[in-house]
Amino acid sequence: MSEHENDVSSRGLSSLDRSNLDLETPEKPYLDSNELIINMGPQHPATHGVLRVILKLDGEKVLGTECVIGYLHRGVEKIAENRTYTMFNPYVDRMDYVAAVSNGLGYCEAVEKLLNVEAPPRAKYIRVILTELNRIASHQLWLGTHALDIGAMTPLFYTFRDREEILKIFERYCGARLTTHAFRIGGCQYETYAGFEKEVKNFLAFFPPKIDEYEALLTGNRIWLERTKNVGVISGADAIALGVTGPVLRASGVKWDLRKAQPYAAYSEFDFEIPIGENGDTYDRYMVRMVEMRQSLRIIEQAVNGIPEGPIMGKVPKVIKPPVGEIYHSIEAPKGELGYFIVSDGSTQPYRIRVRPPSFVNLQALDIMVRGLLVADVVAVIGTLDIVLGEVDR
Amino acid sequence: MAEDVKTPAPPPPPEGEKKPTAETVVPPAQSAVTPGTVEKPAAPAAPKAPTTEKPAAAAPAAPKPAAPAAKPAAPAKPAGPVPMPWTSPLVEKYKSQYGSGIEAQTYLGQNYFSVDRSLIPDLLRMLRDDEQFDYCVDITAVHYPKREKQFDVVWILYSFPRNERVRVKTQIADGASIPSSVSIWPTANWLEREVYDMFGIQFDGHPDLKRILLPDGWKGYPLRKDYGILQQDQEWVQINLGIESGQ
Repeated sequence: MSEHENDVSSRGLSSLDRSNLDLETPEKPYLDSNELIINMGPQHPATHGVLRVILKLDGEKVLGTECVIGYLHRGVEKIAENRTYTMFNPYVDRMDYVAAVSNGLGYCEAVEKLLNVEAPPRAKYIRVILTELNRIASHQLWLGTHALDIGAMTPLFYTFRDREEILKIFERYCGARLTTHAFRIGGCQYETYAGFEKEVKNFLAFFPPKIDEYEALLTGNRIWLERTKNVGVISGADAIALGVTGPVLRASGVKWDLRKAQPYAAYSEFDFEIPIGENGDTYDRYMVRMVEMRQSLRIIEQAVNGIPEGPIMGKVPKVIKPPVGEIYHSIEAPKGELGYFIVSDGSTQPYRIRVRPPSFVNLQALDIMVRGLLVADVVAVIGTLDIVLGEVDR
Repeated sequence: MAEDVKTPAPPPPPEGEKKPTAETVVPPAQSAVTPGTVEKPAAPAAPKAPTTEKPAAAAPAAPKPAAPAAKPAAPAKPAGPVPMPWTSPLVEKYKSQYGSGIEAQTYLGQNYFSVDRSLIPDLLRMLRDDEQFDYCVDITAVHYPKREKQFDVVWILYSFPRNERVRVKTQIADGASIPSSVSIWPTANWLEREVYDMFGIQFDGHPDLKRILLPDGWKGYPLRKDYGILQQDQEWVQINLGIESGQ
């Protein structure tokens, strides 16, 4: 462990200046060994999709990494230019497919901003409820797979069992479990089904003991602590410089959440906390996400109790044709800042849509986080970054 | 920005009209707080969709009237919101420093600079060092094939202390290069690589400028407007995948 800590403190931003794998010999090789270049992925169970990481190793120690991405590139931004605003809406679900609701929320709000319309209050509340449920589902999937990568198999079954309850709500609301296409530009397509509020409230009662269950398995677990404490440390300053957002940034002690900093949807009306960490290590990121799930429950509770009556669709023209102009709108997706930069030329098709994907930008921090660690820790750090390759590659 | 768009935008209303709102959007630099304490939005800073902008919510969809010379009278009401001049101490400072090379506008409550290419990267560095725009959210580009300078390169910046966003745009010609901002924000590394990959824009001084999402040997830049949606690098597909076509 002490070996790790020394390395961690010496790794600063200066190491970023060096090109990825053109490293000189390490300062203090602890074994007289040759450097190895090892390929991890793209088909590897711990890379969460098709991520290829080229590792430069000295024995077990990581000297540098290079990510090779693009295996899932579908040209989402190009597709957008050839579809109307409405037709593009389902495509955004396929980027971060474990948090499809968030993607849709960001896109719909961006286009609404460009159209200068606003969703009605009821639609905003429905959006908040579903988006927060999706945040929980996304964190559950992260927790299950992350723990599995590290060697704890049980949490996977627990989290997937409980995630099912959320997916059932999605399915009953809009017919789909993952790529939900839950929202439309201007509001929501569907009114809540009979019993929606009751089911959400049931979930609110059902889920807190389950988080306790996850925590009972992991939080004080000696093996978990050894594998996550002081592993993959990134300082707040480095995280900001690297553009890292979301729980990874917050675990490094930067108290910043777009839901508070620049509230969108109905978030300004709800009371919730932003959890932050101190050390910026894998364990802190774990704790931040666990607390975030509880905070999401708080938001859902307030939203479902205060959900107003009224229309669910704003005054949006049948043919969506935003005026000439450009807009950037971003939301706090489960992984970080998800932004849409849309340029309109006044026609029915966007002239350009740029998606600012949190996973893509966060993945860039992998290199600085794993230098000096062991190969097994690379797996832990990939997991803790909570990337979805569908969003990295788009 | 009037010169960016294909159709002529209505002329902006007189500057004086918007001044009070524009002032509140940008707090002066003195009000900055230390990083890491940004929990509550600094009250006036969060740029929401400006309700003061134009009352007509449904109107934007209507086809834009040609807005001829008859309009510039004071009560001019364009069909949709139009970019307004953006005034703030920050803008004044840079305008006095750079004069005509910099234009500051605000559209739907979002502020942006349109600057001359020669001001990059000095302006970006100053925005980070002096104005605390410490987080580079995104770097991207837009292709306008009919323009002489075909590309808009766009930097989206955010300041944690000020809780404020700003965009910087510049125009460059096809084949021209632009200084890299990796030394200003390390996050620019992959973002610039993606712009290079998709548009073929060169970033001078980038440590490792190569394709990121497409394979290394790929020919063509997919997000250019002259690249068709069904187009692909047939040769690459045949050699590397051993099939006639990827379609």
